[in-house]
Amino acid sequence: MAANTETMTINMGPQHPSTHGVLQLILELDGEIVVKATPHIGFLHRGIEKLSEHRTYHQTIPLTDRLDYLAPMSNNLGYVLAVEKLLGITDEIPERVQRIRVIMTELTRLKSHLVWLACHALDIGAMTVFLYCFRERECITDIYEKVSGARMTSNYFRVGGLADDLPDGLEGEIRTFAESIPAHVEEYEGLLTGNRIWQKRTIGVGEISAEAAIDIGITGPALRATGVDWDLRRDNPYSGYDDYEFEVPVRKGCDTFDRYRVRLDEMRQSALIIIQALDKLKPGPILADCPKVVLPPKKDVVNNIESLIHHFKIVTEGFKTEPGEIYQSVEAPKGELGFYLIADGSAYPFRMKIRPPSFVNLQGLPQMVEGKLLADVIAVIGTLDIVLGEIDR
Amino acid sequence: MGVEQPKTLGSGFVTTSLDKLVNWSRASSMWPLTFGLACCAIEMMATGAARFDLDRMGILFRASPRQADVIIIAGTVTKKMVPVIKTVYEQMPEPRYVIAMGACASSGGIFDTYSTVQGVDEFLPVDVYIPGCPPRPEGLLYGLMKLQDKIRAERNTFGAAIGVGDVVHNKA
Amino acid sequence: MSDQVIVEKLKEKFSSEVLNIVEFRGETTVTVKKEQIVDICTFMRDDFGYNLLCDLCGVDYLGKAPRFMVVYNLYNITTKQRIRIKAPVEEQDANIDTVSTVWGTANWHERECWDLLGIKFNNHPDLRRILMPADWEGHPLRKDYPLQGPDREPYKGRLS
Ligand code: SF4
Repeated sequence: MAANTETMTINMGPQHPSTHGVLQLILELDGEIVVKATPHIGFLHRGIEKLSEHRTYHQTIPLTDRLDYLAPMSNNLGYVLAVEKLLGITDEIPERVQRIRVIMTELTRLKSHLVWLACHALDIGAMTVFLYCFRERECITDIYEKVSGARMTSNYFRVGGLADDLPDGLEGEIRTFAESIPAHVEEYEGLLTGNRIWQKRTIGVGEISAEAAIDIGITGPALRATGVDWDLRRDNPYSGYDDYEFEVPVRKGCDTFDRYRVRLDEMRQSALIIIQALDKLKPGPILADCPKVVLPPKKDVVNNIESLIHHFKIVTEGFKTEPGEIYQSVEAPKGELGFYLIADGSAYPFRMKIRPPSFVNLQGLPQMVEGKLLADVIAVIGTLDIVLGEIDR
Repeated sequence: MGVEQPKTLGSGFVTTSLDKLVNWSRASSMWPLTFGLACCAIEMMATGAARFDLDRMGILFRASPRQADVIIIAGTVTKKMVPVIKTVYEQMPEPRYVIAMGACASSGGIFDTYSTVQGVDEFLPVDVYIPGCPPRPEGLLYGLMKLQDKIRAERNTFGAAIGVGDVVHNKA
Repeated sequence: MSDQVIVEKLKEKFSSEVLNIVEFRGETTVTVKKEQIVDICTFMRDDFGYNLLCDLCGVDYLGKAPRFMVVYNLYNITTKQRIRIKAPVEEQDANIDTVSTVWGTANWHERECWDLLGIKFNNHPDLRRILMPADWEGHPLRKDYPLQGPDREPYKGRLS
């Protein structure tokens, strides 16, 4: 009897619990083996880039929260730094602002990695980790809420500073939390790293070489797990990152397991950075002294006519920038998050192009799953740590 | 025959008691579909996790529309997504309920653009709207409780289940 | 190698191609003609080690000629340097050669650029819409495309 060698095409998503949002995959299968995988995206395309052309520079900040909604403050930071570079006020940012920004973005990294680990583990079948990770995440959402008033969509950073100072007593809370992180990471590792099922599902799964990863543009932890030692925080420092001592975890396994370990190590390093930043945190202003573009402190507004005028102008008209174009990127939890801004001299960005790390990383998915088992697709989607909000924008 | 077919089973003691039984069972085991669209879905997940714990209310997330009673539209609905949501909704068995979670699902939210649908009620019958961007987990819990109230206030649910008349919706 | 040296060498090799060079906030932008964009990109990758194409996007300068600009943001992972290359594209039959043969990552970026701005990429392996539905009409990121879409009255309650 001749073997039947027809391939079968199946559809996965957009409504699928482990596609992490509204991703659709068309999989061509030969038995259990994936012959071809075609991702379809755009189900969450909200037009953020177009919308930003109709908003002032300040009004665009809340839009960036909703890009990678697992890591809102990293997006805020990337955008705010881009505008500051465009205005040429990068050097005027007060030290306290930079420290708080670092603390908050590192907390954000933890937050994002916690959700990643929760979902990744849940997809592979480890339910407990999901509950543990969300437990820790709640601590971070509480901190978020105290500084910005929102659990997720923070909108906390401003061009030239911050929306508000840290509330009293929060530093201690952040410190306690950061100090508890290594123990929590140990806990997750205890559940997963040595677990035979976890190892079978992740070791050697979704392999991609360093050359292929660079060619596709994969960045962040996924690239560092292929042995490429590159982290924007260390190599193109921004927001005073050169002031802290931390390691960039690099591993050479190129597979899902090593990506998992790189991210866990990053969580430990983030906790270290937070503690260092808290140690160095000193009182000071939380807004840069550039009256033309940065909102004046509230107490000046009520006492000083000049500040009142600046406040009024910035709020009603927005600030204008010199024409020019810049590209600024930050090391977001998922990889290089870049903002390419073109200004035409008006109060609105002429063009804002976002370089979302997930968008580029997802491009590597076909290479990672083709020729492998169907069940590995789930693991690979999890390990890529994609967020559809920033893929589709 | 001159006599109009009764629209309901009436409001006798037995039928209303049976209605209550049906309503009680429906309201205490609402199974939502795991269907996250955007940022709001993360808050939905957080609501399902340990701190807020939806399970204690008999609310378990189901991955298949065939097993779900409630669809929580958690996130921005885009024009590309509309056919998918319609299909998923149609795959759910009756009675089915829709919760619009968040500003986007209720009204388009801050995304007043070419690609977003300005509120999921343009094509689905929404039972409960939850404001917020994203709503807090407490908000989602409150919305779900509102839906329970709504289910409990329905009349002739038993009659409708055995094919006599339609469900009568009362104000909760 | 500093940016100036790289730009000098680029000018030497492609003297008739380089249109202008701008420095702004410490970033170098080189505008080149679009005809030899693949050669220029290959040269940048092989001779100067710009192995990562961070970003590729299109810009619509409505009312100017040429109307579009395709922008390549390059990065060198070894020396951690950035440079930007731009190539103008006319409105009539907007097209430019694909660089997806140089950097694989350009594949999706170019699809997005085609989808949102309607710039065609010649020899692209798979030029389909990526974000908008396949039957969508128009290219939303063009400046003459209304924000709320062509079929809806813009909301009048606010200024923008
Ligand atoms: S309502 Fe807000 S949080 Fe919810 S999906 Fe819309 S933008 Fe995201």
